[in-house]
Amino acid sequence: MKKNANLACEFIGIKSINPFWLASAPPTDKAYNVIRAFEAGWGGVVWKTLGEDPAPINVSSRYGVHYGQNRQVLGFNNIELITDRSLQINLDEITQVKKDWPDRVIIVSLMVPCEEEAWKNILPGVEATGADGIELNFGCPHGMPERGMGAAVGQVPEYIEMVTRWCKQYCSLPVIVKLTPNITDVRKPAEAAWRGGADAVSLINTINSITSVNLETMSPEPSVDGKGTHGGYCGSSVKPIALSMVSEIARHPETSTLPISGIGGISNWRDAAEFISLGASNVQVCTAAMLYGFKIIDDLCDGLSDWMEKKGYNNISDFSRMAIPNTTDWKHLNMNYKRIAYINQDACIGCGRCFAACEDTSHQSILKTGDADNRKYTIIEEECVGCNLCEITCPEPNAIVMKDIDTGLPHLSWLHHPANPYREEP
Amino acid sequence: MSIAHDIQSNRLLDTEIDNNFSDMTPPLTDKQVLVASERCLFCYDAPCIDACPTDIDIPLFIRKINTGNVHGAAKEILSANILGGSCARVCPTETLCEQACVRNTCEEAPVEIGRLQRYAVDRLDRSLPYPFTRESDTGKHIAIIGAGPAGLACAHQLARNGHQVTIYEAAAKSGGLNEYGIALYKLVDDYTQKEIEFVLEIGGIEIKYGQALGRDISLKQLRDQHDAVFIGIGMSNVNALNIPGEELAGVEDAVAYIRDLRQESSLANLPVGRRVIVIGAGMTAIDIAVQSKKLGAEQVTIVYRRAQSAMGASLHEQELALKNGVNFVCNAQPTQILGDDSGITTMEFNRTELDESGKLIATDEIISLECDVVFKAIGQKFSSSPLGSDDKPTLDHRGRISVNENYQTSLSDVFAGGDCINGNDLVVEAVDHGNKAALAIHHQL
Ligand SMILES: Cc1cc2nc3c(=O)[nH]c(=O)nc-3n(C[C@H](O)[C@H](O)[C@H](O)COP(=O)(O)OP(=O)(O)OC[C@H]3O[C@@H](n4cnc5c(N)ncnc54)[C@H](O)[C@@H]3O)c2cc1C
Ligand SMILES: Cc1cc2nc3c(=O)[nH]c(=O)nc-3n(C[C@H](O)[C@H](O)[C@H](O)COP(=O)(O)O)c2cc1C
Ligand code: SF4
Ligand code: SF4
Ligand code: SF4
Repeated sequence: MKKNANLACEFIGIKSINPFWLASAPPTDKAYNVIRAFEAGWGGVVWKTLGEDPAPINVSSRYGVHYGQNRQVLGFNNIELITDRSLQINLDEITQVKKDWPDRVIIVSLMVPCEEEAWKNILPGVEATGADGIELNFGCPHGMPERGMGAAVGQVPEYIEMVTRWCKQYCSLPVIVKLTPNITDVRKPAEAAWRGGADAVSLINTINSITSVNLETMSPEPSVDGKGTHGGYCGSSVKPIALSMVSEIARHPETSTLPISGIGGISNWRDAAEFISLGASNVQVCTAAMLYGFKIIDDLCDGLSDWMEKKGYNNISDFSRMAIPNTTDWKHLNMNYKRIAYINQDACIGCGRCFAACEDTSHQSILKTGDADNRKYTIIEEECVGCNLCEITCPEPNAIVMKDIDTGLPHLSWLHHPANPYREEP
Repeated sequence: MSIAHDIQSNRLLDTEIDNNFSDMTPPLTDKQVLVASERCLFCYDAPCIDACPTDIDIPLFIRKINTGNVHGAAKEILSANILGGSCARVCPTETLCEQACVRNTCEEAPVEIGRLQRYAVDRLDRSLPYPFTRESDTGKHIAIIGAGPAGLACAHQLARNGHQVTIYEAAAKSGGLNEYGIALYKLVDDYTQKEIEFVLEIGGIEIKYGQALGRDISLKQLRDQHDAVFIGIGMSNVNALNIPGEELAGVEDAVAYIRDLRQESSLANLPVGRRVIVIGAGMTAIDIAVQSKKLGAEQVTIVYRRAQSAMGASLHEQELALKNGVNFVCNAQPTQILGDDSGITTMEFNRTELDESGKLIATDEIISLECDVVFKAIGQKFSSSPLGSDDKPTLDHRGRISVNENYQTSLSDVFAGGDCINGNDLVVEAVDHGNKAALAIHHQL
């Protein structure tokens, strides 16, 4: 295992050798996995969510997948419940692993019914394990909400505030509130957590989803004896949703000082750097580890550490939230900014994807010339609105470049735009 | 009518020769790297790692390339194999890592590990600090004999561990066969010397040139003056055909010819036969045959005494020879070379076959091939004479230096690796021996 000194960091007073924790999920289900993760170099884990005994029972056939071309997994969903092992076994294992790995973080994820007694009962045992903190799972979108837990709590800000307050009251450990993305405005539950006294929030949990329908059996996947149910979607395709939600909490005045543990589709060091630049202080990973194993921690640490060194960032906080000032509302964007596409003929392979995209669905800004042996596509600069679609659809990374055009015009936002009937005078 | 003894320089124009000797496997483009790296499955307990003698963590370095951490990928490679750049170019990957890749199973096309490795090492970011640091000085001083791949790898690893190293090298340049032996089109642009500069940047390694063991220095002296000795002198003898005519002008040692070729600044100056026969079946035979073709020889024939399927050269290398217009004559055993004082005209062979017991036997049939030059490429041999006569390491059944699993010889302070010990005679293996011997020396001191 390699040590990258610049990755050591602190999250709500908890020291970690690096900002990479495994999210509460099967990778952190038991001592065996967690020890393997620590051996591989993970900084911490959020232990698979514990609940009251008797532990729930899982079904067989638990995950459904959304593939891209070539079978790469864009995302998958799951219909698993919280831990299916008894509370005491988990608590004993946590105690032992924490004792054996004092420099690694263990956060205990919890989900019990929305009653004060239930929380009051479970917390002392958790605290006694020596764990570094607790995470409240208000996010599980399948199965548990039907029993009044998980997302059923996470979707009601008042409940979040109430349960958070109980936890702060009955336990001295730092409290992280894990948020569900299955709501309209993620700032509301974050505010509630803040009011309840949470030390931090973590997000996102999985997203309501059906990954596919088996057209032979007409059953949604994953299919359990011919029937399916919606599950929680995760993996790299949820990253954009998670990034946005993290940024909203970080930008929101009411919650802007609330520490965030970023989760959702983090697969490599770049994803992690992006979450941190948009408001997260550390990150949690689940799907990438489930698809490739714990060894990806090497790339996560090494990649992030080298990038930081190159950029001159000495520690995580040096670039944390650096993209926040550049994240704003639409109304503040510069309407006089102009960019247009440019096709680099040396790199173009003549597939015509850009043309189809622009001609059929955008602004008819690409000109097709040449003959069957030499198809040539060029940009009609006057027509191009700089939407980026051709660049996005182009299979060659360097064939289409978007270029900034100097219009010579000053910054002008919609707020002050003459076409805006409600414009504000500058 | 054939002109006898047709050996000339300038068979091709300089420009043609430059073109012929350009990079055989050009670097992958960024886009090719994207596609190639995407194909790696990040296998668990990856078979490709087992198949790499230096155990480079292949899935990890490919993942690092794929996530845009190319510098990290280069570090990953170099930390296991400091000559990862030349290995990426010269390893017969089709018999090593790529042969083991699981992508062969259903797609019959491995991940292009060698070319990805080259891409990464070539992009090590030199604006960042040197990727290796030296541990604090141990006060120990180790002598290494031979600055070939084995010696260089050993030196680098020892230097990392904080030891002082002096390399005694007989030649005027370091690199061993990387400098003097490997086919030119595999290592273009003086890559070997650039790579060695990078190796030496670690510090703590001094190279003394023109210092041959057995001539300028003795093993005893080195043992007296140093805490340990590593021998990496390769093989300096070549096998003989032992047939009449072998001593005639025009019969050449392939390795010696390649050595001249590798140091020649204007390749067109090299004397090249019109009709060339190469005796042998390994990498050296292929190399001399292909390079002769590239220098303008009209007819190049590799003659091998067994069936083509028994050749030591991989299928990939045989295809390379075929692609370059080299002919193969198999099941032919040399009997004599005909010629006079001014050169050679013909080489004769007996047709061979296998008897019932599978033993190779010569038949009466005679094959006669016209030739101006015959290259002997039937293997190199270790010469033990530099080891001297007093206390010296014992040799094994093949006459090479005998070592235990720690690359330690019968003398406890003397270690050895690379071609001078028994093995597969590859650069990557020499590096592996050098690495492991260094660790053993480090632990012993
Ligand atoms: C023609 C040819 C082509 C090859 N092609 C390939 C290839 O494509 N891929 C591949 O993997 N391998 C190839 N090989 C094999 C590869 O080159 C060797 O396995 C590798 O170089 C061995 O490294 P080494 O350090 O043991 O020995 P060498 O590379 O032979 O280095 C030995 C060093 O010791 C020095 N030395 C010798 N005697 C003394 C002495 N008495 N005192 C001091 N110094 C001394 C030499 O000058 C030299 O610098 C090829 C070999 C040949 C001959
Ligand atoms: C199979 C599976 C089980 C999960 N179980 C839990 C859980 O018990 N508690 C919890 O808080 N989150 C759970 N999650 C959600 C993850 O912790 C994480 O928030 C989510 O998967 C998004 O991150 P990712 O894209 O890196 O996977 C689970 C996810 C998966 C895939
Ligand atoms: S990964 Fe495969 S083998 Fe392992 S439990 Fe799941 S279905 Fe069974
Ligand atoms: S999509 Fe890209 S590669 Fe294809 S024609 Fe357009 S510019 Fe060329
Ligand atoms: S065997 Fe092939 S696919 Fe698997 S890790 Fe190695 S290179 Fe990648």
